[in-house]
Amino acid sequence: MESKTRLDVNGQLTLKELPYIIRWESDKCTRCGQCTAVCPQKAIEPAVLVQRLVTSEGPMPLPQVVRQVGQGIKQVTDIERYCVGCGMCSLVCPNDAIFPEYNEVNKFAFHKNQGGSPYKRGGRRNSTEVSTLDKLKFTRISMLTDPALDAGRHEFHIRTLLGRNLAPEEMPLIIKDDDLGLDETVFIPPVREIFPIRIGGMSFGALSPNMWEGMAMGVAYLNEVENIPVVMCTGEGGMPPRLLKSRFLKYFILQIASGYFGWDEIIHAIPHMKEDPAAIEIKYGQGAKPGDGGLLMAFKVLDLIAKVRGVPTKVDLASPPTHQTKYSIEEAVAKMLTSMSMAFDFRVPVYPKISGTKTATAVLNNLARNPFAAALTIDGEDGGTGAAYNVSLEKTGHPIASNLRECYLNLVKIGKQNELPLFAAGGVGKTGSLAANAAALIMLGASGVDCGKYIMQAAAGCLGDERNRCNLCNIGRCPKGITAQDPRLYRRLDPDKVAERVVDIFKAADAEMKKIFAPMGRSTQLPIGMSDGLSVSEKAIAEQLDISYAC
Amino acid sequence: MCRLSAIISDSYFSPMENIMALETMKEGHDGSGLGLVLRDLGGEFQGLKEFPILSGICSKEGLRVMDEYMVKLGFKTKHLWNPRIKDYQGNMKTRGFYFARAYEFPEWAEETSPEVQSELLTKTRLELRDMGKEDASIIIFSFWPDLITLKEVGDPLDVGLFFGLDKKPLLAKNIFAQGRQNTNYAINLYACHPFFIEGYTTMTNGENTAFVPIREFLTSRGVPGYVGYRSDSEVFCHILHYMRKELKFPLKYYKDVTTPLFDREMDERSDKTAIELIKRVLRPLTIDGPNCTIGTDRNGTVFMTQDSKKLRPGAIGGVPGKYALMSEICGVDAVVPVRDRSKDVFPMKYDMAMIEKDAKEIKIWNQKHGSMSTVN
Repeated sequence: MESKTRLDVNGQLTLKELPYIIRWESDKCTRCGQCTAVCPQKAIEPAVLVQRLVTSEGPMPLPQVVRQVGQGIKQVTDIERYCVGCGMCSLVCPNDAIFPEYNEVNKFAFHKNQGGSPYKRGGRRNSTEVSTLDKLKFTRISMLTDPALDAGRHEFHIRTLLGRNLAPEEMPLIIKDDDLGLDETVFIPPVREIFPIRIGGMSFGALSPNMWEGMAMGVAYLNEVENIPVVMCTGEGGMPPRLLKSRFLKYFILQIASGYFGWDEIIHAIPHMKEDPAAIEIKYGQGAKPGDGGLLMAFKVLDLIAKVRGVPTKVDLASPPTHQTKYSIEEAVAKMLTSMSMAFDFRVPVYPKISGTKTATAVLNNLARNPFAAALTIDGEDGGTGAAYNVSLEKTGHPIASNLRECYLNLVKIGKQNELPLFAAGGVGKTGSLAANAAALIMLGASGVDCGKYIMQAAAGCLGDERNRCNLCNIGRCPKGITAQDPRLYRRLDPDKVAERVVDIFKAADAEMKKIFAPMGRSTQLPIGMSDGLSVSEKAIAEQLDISYAC
Repeated sequence: MCRLSAIISDSYFSPMENIMALETMKEGHDGSGLGLVLRDLGGEFQGLKEFPILSGICSKEGLRVMDEYMVKLGFKTKHLWNPRIKDYQGNMKTRGFYFARAYEFPEWAEETSPEVQSELLTKTRLELRDMGKEDASIIIFSFWPDLITLKEVGDPLDVGLFFGLDKKPLLAKNIFAQGRQNTNYAINLYACHPFFIEGYTTMTNGENTAFVPIREFLTSRGVPGYVGYRSDSEVFCHILHYMRKELKFPLKYYKDVTTPLFDREMDERSDKTAIELIKRVLRPLTIDGPNCTIGTDRNGTVFMTQDSKKLRPGAIGGVPGKYALMSEICGVDAVVPVRDRSKDVFPMKYDMAMIEKDAKEIKIWNQKHGSMSTVN
């Protein structure tokens, strides 16, 4: 007997299964159709509905109810066209007639693996719990013998070092009478003085041209006008060739990852470079999807991206999880550090970035022994991505706070805490507290931090959140034009506005960091490892991070 | 806050001079403790310059253990100084047996290099300190030739009388005294300034906001003696030791280590490339809090420096042959009342004032201009 599900609606999902349910008010709706046009998922469509119409006419009006057939909006229950809650419909609606509402009891995860293909998306870990970083408080307030500083009037030097510092005993100093001189014949590894919050690696490709260039313009302005030396990492995918040969290159960290995308252009541009890049980041892992390589899905590989990356259009660009030409990570790290250093004539700091992991200290110890390792970036589980398996985003990865702290204390144990700077990433500014999260990580031992999602949210109005809102970055349908490669979408984003907001963000973060450091009496040197400045109201966290407990 | 009182002279004087200077600065300390370091000793120690002097406090049992240990190592007592506490009329209670005892080196060490001797003294001091740590039966402040340390809780003047320094003074040409302001109540004698390591001493007025990273940096250097840290100010002494003894920097670079210039301020320095590197490599040693530090180099040069924000008072005045380095000018007045006040020095944020062992003149190193000037 044929199953009844094939004959009627029993086999379909109900709206209650879906993560977002469209609330639509028929009497406010003007039937303009903008919402259905803008919806990136085609989750709503025009529909023919029977409507109840109430009219009152004549000198003694009495309400008359009639039922008539009319047009309206209907949400589809096809799992491939589920409403992602982006809210673009409400943005374009001239009459506030429509908005998506989160459905707490949805059963989305049970259905989003049709065809045996696991759920893939962009975004971040869907978790609304308060992160450790947001639990940390700055409690060492100078109140008595040590006066707090005036954040507005006092001069603060909010800068950090990116690059390998020599051990004190290795400084090539010459003592002549009562003066010290430098033996210029001895190699001193390159070190950059930068603002301690960097823009982490988000590729030209994962991001739209307007987003990427907006950020780049903002970074250049911060450096050249505001005197805030922010650097930005390219992510894997190279950068526009005209920028490679421009004087702005010094504000960029060029990332090389396992797919080597964009590096053909970069290598060819080396002889024409007017400036050295700020640094080279070798990506071994990403906190949001540990063990995975980069993934730029075919939807996004349009002409411009294909050209910059040197690949055909409309193909999936999957970087392998590891650098395939190398036998082991130790070998990979050692060889790549040396060869990248050599490519730039040892004038550019080269460092690896790994995902947060229990084995981070092992990687760190390897680096500590390698004189070419300029730093280590550790990317925690709350980092973001343009495309990943949902299971990687949700269930794999290591929180950044304890991972960073463990690595810093390991460096303290071997006395190299100043020689090998640690940079922390993954969830910095997750809930909007960029400066506070950065300052907390610095006091736990980071020399600086990376932020990515924060920039997308604050500079471009990314709609994503920790309830899986939007997160369409992987399929090139970003309704804000941040991660789209289709000009019809990315023209929605004004690069000048992005640049302005990037400048706002860093100026505000600079001011907020001063407000944090001033009452603690710190101004001339970044309080790296000043763990006595921090407290937390959970004993287990206090113990793990070796900071004080306060409640 | 604490108050500091250092005097350097070409003739012997009594530590009561330092204590009387502290009396004039009483608004800045609460009389919760006194620390004294005497160098270049006269009086009964004048003829004992080459013999290391162990300074500290012992219980009866501690004394027995210490003596046994010193005999085992081969140190022979050469001379013993004890305060005459039984003449003291005040309220202070004795903690035990106070001593400054000069020893002859063990025979094997007599002919060795000064460095080996120095290591032996540090090792012995730390071991004795460890032996008495549990029950405070042995408290050791210093073990070094021609140098005595005394510390006790109480009003500085009272402590001076308690030790009988008014009746039978210990004499020296370089004396550091700190009047303590109690900030944490649980007073530990090891937390009292001045601090000592291998001939270097410092005392500080202020609070070190960068204490934890500095401590972590020092303790990870692998240098014996970088222990303790009951006070955040102890690191100033170890930084001095580290840059002078371990890194062999000239003394004036203490400024570039603890309060480096901004990069834009370095242009006048002929050693710009060197100090840029030092600033980066010794970044964790930057002090960021309000601190006025007075110290003595191993060679006997006394100095005073300020933090880069100049948030603590500090004054130097005197005449050739005798200079006072004090927290406040009233302290200088108490020690050298007759002097040319126009020559008083108030080290500013770029300055490091130095007076060499002969106490002839004040040299002022200006870190920004890279120049040395002289006041005499």
